[in-house]
Amino acid sequence: MDRLLRNLLIVFVVLIVLVPIGLLASGTAYGEWSADELQGLVGFVPAGIASLSGLWHAPLRDYGLRALSDTFLGQSLGYYASAIIGAVLCGGVFILIGRALTRNAPKNEE
Amino acid sequence: MHIPDGYLGPITYVAMYIVMIPIWLYAGTWLRKNLKSKQVPYLALAAAFSFVIMMFNVPIPGGSTGHAVGSALVAIILGPWVAVVTTSVALLIQCLLFGDGGITAFGANCFNMAVVIPFVAFYGYTLISRKTEITSRRRVLAAGIGGWLGLTVAAGFAGFEMGTQPILEHTADGVPLYMPYGLGITVPAMLFSHAFFFGILEAIITALAFGYIARTDPTIIFNYKRAGEKKGGVRTTSPA
Repeated sequence: MDRLLRNLLIVFVVLIVLVPIGLLASGTAYGEWSADELQGLVGFVPAGIASLSGLWHAPLRDYGLRALSDTFLGQSLGYYASAIIGAVLCGGVFILIGRALTRNAPKNEE
Repeated sequence: MHIPDGYLGPITYVAMYIVMIPIWLYAGTWLRKNLKSKQVPYLALAAAFSFVIMMFNVPIPGGSTGHAVGSALVAIILGPWVAVVTTSVALLIQCLLFGDGGITAFGANCFNMAVVIPFVAFYGYTLISRKTEITSRRRVLAAGIGGWLGLTVAAGFAGFEMGTQPILEHTADGVPLYMPYGLGITVPAMLFSHAFFFGILEAIITALAFGYIARTDPTIIFNYKRAGEKKGGVRTTSPA
């Protein structure tokens, strides 16, 4: 493997190892408040937020498993699993797309 | 910057999907035409990197949090159209599997993070770096400023999209149906937090990674070869 790619992969693995650092920030990002948080902020829940916020039930909501969300260790495990699943899916999609697009195009090989 | 479901009304979220459809189609065509097999592992890594870097939430004064996006770096290294596709895929997986960013708001989130960041960052970088050597300090600085500018401008767009909701969508009595805060609050809030905190993080990541890649293997960098050929001059004539 090419040296650059190998080194970038090493950095990427280090990032994954460090990913629970992202759990330490406990606040909510601006404009991403839950209905309860909005109730506290503006005193009411806008009708659209009340009706649309439950539109989709993501299987790994907030990058974790609900069963593991009580302890930092459990949250970290869920966060690790999420990072790995997300990275493998993102990477996998492009390996497949890349193979499909470059398979019959020898003119692109340089 | 991942706008959830319920914060944008149908006028805005439908409009943002309509804006995104031709952009996605063109980006797909661009990729089909320009992708080289050598770049495929870098694309895979770019999408995975975007996904993971967005998990590094950083707290800021005032109790809010945020993160870098990584799409400025992808735009500068692999080209802005590649960043459109890799960031959109990362955002789609975040939305569907992890509930980060709404399904209705997916078009808007892709516009802000997968279009505005890459293009603003790429053109900012190109303008500042001019015709300097690929390994020059000016280019590292240009990459950092591009990253900062991309994230900050995108935050302004997200603030604008959210802040127009009380004007566009409300009950007969004027009660907001979606995002309750108006432009005067959302735009400064988004601009401030990204200009002073998350944008700086994006700048550092972009500059460091660019500097390293430019010194290690500049041939992977978007447009690098074209610049080299221009400099070399007359070996363009090879009748096919």
